[in-house]
Amino acid sequence: MKYSKDQTQALLLKIENSLKSYLLKNNIEKPIIIGVHTGGVWVADWLQKRLGYEGRAATLNISFYRDDFSKVGVNPTVEPSEMPVSVDDKHVILVDDVLFTGRTTRAAINEIFDFGRPLSVTLVVLVERNGNELPITADIAGEKLELDNNKNIKLLGPDPMILEVIDKVN
Amino acid sequence: MSENIEIGLDQNIKQSGIVSQKHLRHFLDIEYLPKSLILDILDLAESFAGVSGQPVKKVPLLRGKTIVNLFFEASTRTRTTFELAAKRLSADFLNINMDYSATKKGETLLDTLRNLEAMHCDMFIVRHPSSGAAEFISKNVSQNISIINAGDGRHAHPTQAMLDIFTIRKYFPDFKKIKVAIVGDILHSRVARSLMHALRILEVPDIRVIGPKTLLPNGVEHMGVAPYVNMDEGIKGCDVVIMLRLQNERMNSSFIPDEHEYYNLYGFSPKRLDLISKKGIVMHPGPVNRGVEISSEVADGDRSVILQQVSNGIAVRMAILSLSMQP
Repeated sequence: MKYSKDQTQALLLKIENSLKSYLLKNNIEKPIIIGVHTGGVWVADWLQKRLGYEGRAATLNISFYRDDFSKVGVNPTVEPSEMPVSVDDKHVILVDDVLFTGRTTRAAINEIFDFGRPLSVTLVVLVERNGNELPITADIAGEKLELDNNKNIKLLGPDPMILEVIDKVN
Repeated sequence: MSENIEIGLDQNIKQSGIVSQKHLRHFLDIEYLPKSLILDILDLAESFAGVSGQPVKKVPLLRGKTIVNLFFEASTRTRTTFELAAKRLSADFLNINMDYSATKKGETLLDTLRNLEAMHCDMFIVRHPSSGAAEFISKNVSQNISIINAGDGRHAHPTQAMLDIFTIRKYFPDFKKIKVAIVGDILHSRVARSLMHALRILEVPDIRVIGPKTLLPNGVEHMGVAPYVNMDEGIKGCDVVIMLRLQNERMNSSFIPDEHEYYNLYGFSPKRLDLISKKGIVMHPGPVNRGVEISSEVADGDRSVILQQVSNGIAVRMAILSLSMQP
């Protein structure tokens, strides 16, 4: 099942508005927006633009921080992380397309701390689905979904961005 | 060479340590690696290169693994960059100086290996003066141990060749469009041998080896390279010139006349820079004999990428260690 372009766009606008109010409420002026490869980077870049910040969002590739290396190894075609500015004493907005088990977010937070000591980390996702395995929840989510165990949801993109629910590949 | 050509495919795959097109088990030789796997290693190294620039120069990928340097031969660069690569991947790391080890007290090499196996080590990085040593060890350790060849006799130095081609790709992304020359003691050089294979696999159209006849292997042209005894002719128009170290022991033998003569004929002097292509680079695996195979002016000049080779060595070795440790 595919979301339409408009449905996905509506979720993007929803997280944009929620993030704007969140930043205002918490007096955060210049956060660093960081997207997690691959879908998270598209969403982060989109937010970066919509919030009127210059340049592209920072990116994280959490492949080297995964907890399942001894099971699946490393993907040789990983794109490097790009962290153009220091995260020291900054508010970080961590962006991903989907929050599922929480393991990717755990790895991303670990990696962020290898770049410095941020003041805070806020998690923004387009979709938060059931199946959490760690005590990690999104601060801002476009939508909360209940999906069957054999289903995955992924973001196609970057232009246009469209969410798609697919059968899990084992 | 002829011996290797006659070896069947299964043996070839075993020799280079490939389990599948995607995975390494051992990293012994470059000769039979598929191009796709070489490119995968280069791409992965590209990602690891960023780690050395982070405030915390470490990723937790190989946490809990134990890697052992087994060096039977002196080395500074290779030994330390392997150590840094392993540590930046968060592996536990042991340096065993085989000069002072129990083998000197009469323990056989295989007994030493058994003992290290009993300590639940996961990988041995082997440097040895005898050709085939790393492969021998790979056949005599238990299945869960990976062996990395860090230089064996005159045979191969595959991780050096990988970091050299990684460095070349930074300047010349399309291997199919470049001219590369390797200059010096081709006959005794494991670096040259591994490089020639790597460049051939990457389809470099013009590979030249340059040196006095006494230091060029017989029939080297059968490896797909063009031999030159005249350096000026050989490096003309080349995009990459890789200078090899003239090993001290060769100077006292009948291979070359003398150091000064050698420098005049095959040393990279500043005026020879005019002969290579405009964007051409000069490389050297180290250690450099200044004034013998290369002048200080060239080695320290802006066309030299010698120190970049050293930095790149860490990222490339991180890629090889992690791909060889895959499940």
